[in-house]
Order: sequence, then C-alpha cells, then structure tokens
Amino acid sequence: MSQIREFKGRVVTPGTVSAEALVSHGGLNTLASFQKALQFGDKTATCGDQNNPDLYGKQMLGKALCLPQTIGSTTGGLVLYCACAMERQPACMLFSKPIDSLAAAGAILADVWVDNVKMPVVDCLGDEFLDYVKDGMTITLKDDGVVVVEG
Amino acid sequence: MILTKEQQAILDGEKGETMAKVMKTLVMYGDAFGAERMVPVTSKYNHLVTSFGLKMMTPVFDLMQQLIDAGVVSEQKFSVDPRPIDKNVPANPLQKLIFNKFMYSKQDFYEDQLKSLGLLEDDAFTCTCYMDEVGNKPKKGEVLSWAESSAVVYANSVLGARCNRNSGIIDIMGSIAGCVPEFGLLTDEGRKATWIIEIKTEKKPEAQLLGSAIGMKVMEAVPYIKGLDKWLGTELDDATCTYLKDFGAATASNGAVGLYHIENLTPEAKEQGDALICEGAQVYVIDDAELERVYKSYPVIWKKADASPKLCFMGCPHMSLEQLKSWTERVEKGLAEAGNKKVVIPTVFTSSPAVLREFEKTPYAERLRATGVITSYICPLMYMNNPLCAKMPVITSSNKLRTYTTSRYYTDDEILVQITKGGAAK
Repeated sequence: MSQIREFKGRVVTPGTVSAEALVSHGGLNTLASFQKALQFGDKTATCGDQNNPDLYGKQMLGKALCLPQTIGSTTGGLVLYCACAMERQPACMLFSKPIDSLAAAGAILADVWVDNVKMPVVDCLGDEFLDYVKDGMTITLKDDGVVVVEG
Repeated sequence: MILTKEQQAILDGEKGETMAKVMKTLVMYGDAFGAERMVPVTSKYNHLVTSFGLKMMTPVFDLMQQLIDAGVVSEQKFSVDPRPIDKNVPANPLQKLIFNKFMYSKQDFYEDQLKSLGLLEDDAFTCTCYMDEVGNKPKKGEVLSWAESSAVVYANSVLGARCNRNSGIIDIMGSIAGCVPEFGLLTDEGRKATWIIEIKTEKKPEAQLLGSAIGMKVMEAVPYIKGLDKWLGTELDDATCTYLKDFGAATASNGAVGLYHIENLTPEAKEQGDALICEGAQVYVIDDAELERVYKSYPVIWKKADASPKLCFMGCPHMSLEQLKSWTERVEKGLAEAGNKKVVIPTVFTSSPAVLREFEKTPYAERLRATGVITSYICPLMYMNNPLCAKMPVITSSNKLRTYTTSRYYTDDEILVQITKGGAAK
C-alpha cells in the first residue's frame, strides 16, 4: 500500500501538475544536462550530463524534477528558457533549497515570455523532501506550494 | 517589492507591452530573492554571456528580435563573451562542417542582433572585458547587470563593483530597464563572508587548484581568505590580477562563488578587514596536501586515459597581456631545455581581440609565433562542447575548461613540460 507525504515549499512560478518524480541529489548542471537534447533534436530531453549519475541518460521531459539547486554556467537560465520554449521542459521543478539565481531566471523567463507552456517551480522544500522522494513516485503539486508525494 | 512611480508605470504598460514584460521579469526575479526595491545600474557598460549563435538557442534569438522590433534596447553598450569559432584553431574538415553548417549556423545572424542591441565594438567578444585593453572596467561601488560567472566574480572581488550572478537574458534586461533588483551581492550584508579560508601552504598555491578547492567547499557563499597575501603581496599589480582572474574563475565554476575577499589585498578587505566576516563563520584550512587531494579528485573522462594529447588550450578565461608575455618566455625556455624548436602538441593561447592587438605590437608576438603556439580569440569551452571535440584528448591548465568539458587538467608547470618536451599522461 502506497504512502502519502506532504511537503510545503514556496511558489516561485505558479501552477499545478501531477507527474512522475525524477530525483537529482547533486546540483543540476543545466547547460550540461539540456545541451545535447536541445542541439540534436531529442524531444524527450534525455539528460546529457555525465557528471550527474542520478540523471544521466534519463528522460527529463514531463517529469517532476526534484533537486537541491542548479549549478554551472550563467547560461543556465537561458538554457532552461529554451527548453521551455521548445517544449522539452520538466513538468515542474521542485527545489529542496532556496532557488539559485540561474534557475530562478530560467523559470521566470519561461513564465513571462513563453506562451502556453507552464513549468511551475517551488523551492525551500527542505532536505527531508529530497531524502524522501524517489524516482518513479507520483508527485502532485498544488498551487499553494504544497507537494504531495505518493509511492 | 516597492517600485518607483516610473518603474510601476513601465510595469503597467506605459512604455509598451514588451517593456512591461522586461520589467515584470526583473520584478519576479527580485521577488524570488526578497528584494525590496530596484537600484539603478550605474556602470558605463554592460557585459553579456551569450555570444554564440548555437542553433539550439533559437528561442533566445526570437526573444532578442522581439526586443529589437519593439525598439526596447539599451542605451548602455555592452561587451559579450568570446566567439565560438575561429579559423586559426586547428579543426579537421568534419569538425569545420559541424561548426559552421550545423552548430553555429546562426552566428552571423546573432552577431547582427547584438549590434542592433548595443554591442560596444564589432570585436568586443571576450570573457575578460575588465582588462584595460578592452575597456569595460567598472569602478568600485558601481552596480552592474552583468552575466558570465568569471567576469562577475572578478568585478565584485578585485574591482569592488556590485553584481549578482545573473543569467544570460536577465543581464540585458537589467541594462534595458536601467535598474536591477537589490539583493545578494548588491547589499552590504550580502557581501559579508560566511567562510574563513586559512592558507597554510609551503609554496604559492596554484591559482586554479586553490579556487577549485574553495569553490567546492563554500559553493555560493562568500569566503574571506587569510594567508594568501603572503604569496601574492598586498598590491593588485598585473601578475596578481592575472592570478585572481584564474583563481576566481575556478571558484565560480567548481562552486558558485560570486565574491571573495583576500585579506590585505582586495579592496573591501583592505578597507574593512575582519569586519567583513560574519559571526560564526565556518573555517576551511588549506595546505599543500589538501590541494593535492583536490587535484587527484579530478576525474579523467578521456576514453583512453593514456591517450597522447592532440591539443592544448590555455586561456579560459582569456589570457592577460602579462600572461601572454610571461608564457612566451616560459615556452621559449622550456623548448631550449628540451632541445626542441616548436611545441610538440598543437597549442592555442586564447585572449581577447583587444589584448591580442596590443600583444602584436610587442616583440613577444613574433617570439611566440616562432615557438609554434597559436593565438586565438575563441572560447575554448564552446569549441569543446560538441561530441566530435569531446572525444579528443585535450589538455589545459584551466579548471573552468576542465569542469565543463572533457579536457584534462594539468598544472602550469606540467602543461609546460607537455607542450615543450612531451611526455606520457599522468
């Protein structure tokens, strides 16, 4: 019988969604993760970051991406924006820590400048959230920043 | 966030829908970090990170075109990161085809967009815009809307300017609006150190390794570094600024450091000393053994770990004039000791177009050419970021290049041996 737990975070960009969890325990290097998918027409957004053993080779499109923060190049925000504009984005991004400036930029750029594509983002979910959530669990994100994890 | 009447009017659409979206982006960006107000951008010039006409970035070009079409451009001119291609850099026919016809097929189009948006000069393409020769050098206390992590950390730390680690696109939007949300490194509180780094090495630490160690430890926090003035002195001369350029880039790529203070050396540390350190700051002691541990932790991701290097890149971030001159002497000396006339691995020294122009005016340029070393304005990181080049065994003494690509790091001394004498991989 599956268990249900709730975590409360802060809404960075609003929205509701239900999706399968994909978990990165290390920081997401946005450029390294999305570059190959965006450059070479991979519509499922397979993660190309060889330095991220949690995500490498896994499909990011449509997943509830659970992570501590993003790292790497200051192109990170615009890469995330491109992923959204090309409809290759995760269903939502759920940060255990306060969001970093690059991820925030990507999420906000997508929210303001991309029509008809939503990628809600919630941060400050806490270390316990990232310890608990596992790949394949079902995530339901509510519009007040509550994340329901089932699995 | 409390906006001025003018800012609120822009947000409400008084200057058009596109300008309203620019302001909305900045307001949301500030809200995410608890900013209470906007502050004016006060630097003379801006610096953008997005210099490459990568086909995958079509949505960025579309957004830029929206800005241009709406006449929403900045009065502030800008420099931008290095170009991704240069015919001077060795590449086989297949690589050239991939670069020009597929990966960077939008390069000319994007460069035209940059000119429409306010590019400082036709060749203002470098990650080291703060070099005197380039001329985009902000003053202490000025507020910037820059991106490019290595330039931001240098401007904050060495020049005492104030800038957050902005993403591409956010950089130009702050410049267009003429204001940025006040949070993080723009505030006095945000510039205080939560880490003390004690340097206890027996020799001058390798800039790249030291920066890497600190970046990995403190991540996005501000470190206050003690004991480094023993090796660097207390004046920001050319050699020290060059060291700090490479050191800072490593802190920003292996971590997310946007500002560091060095006791008795960097401007705010000289003025405020220990008052910059937060109560309860954590301590990280670095000795020679710790740097060796960090060096050994770097993964070798070449397919064949003992492959012979096919290319050497120096200059990520771009080399300074002082660095080009001193390396000319080092390469000459290394070749003489090895009994060789030319470097034994194709070697590219990268620097800004403006610095390369000045270098060409010196006798060192001809001397360096005689060693076989090639100079280029390219971004080595962009050169490496494709499957073809990623398979090549490339060596570098840049920790940033190592971090983002498959290139393999060696210390400066080891690189010198490799390119002048040759030798098996470590």
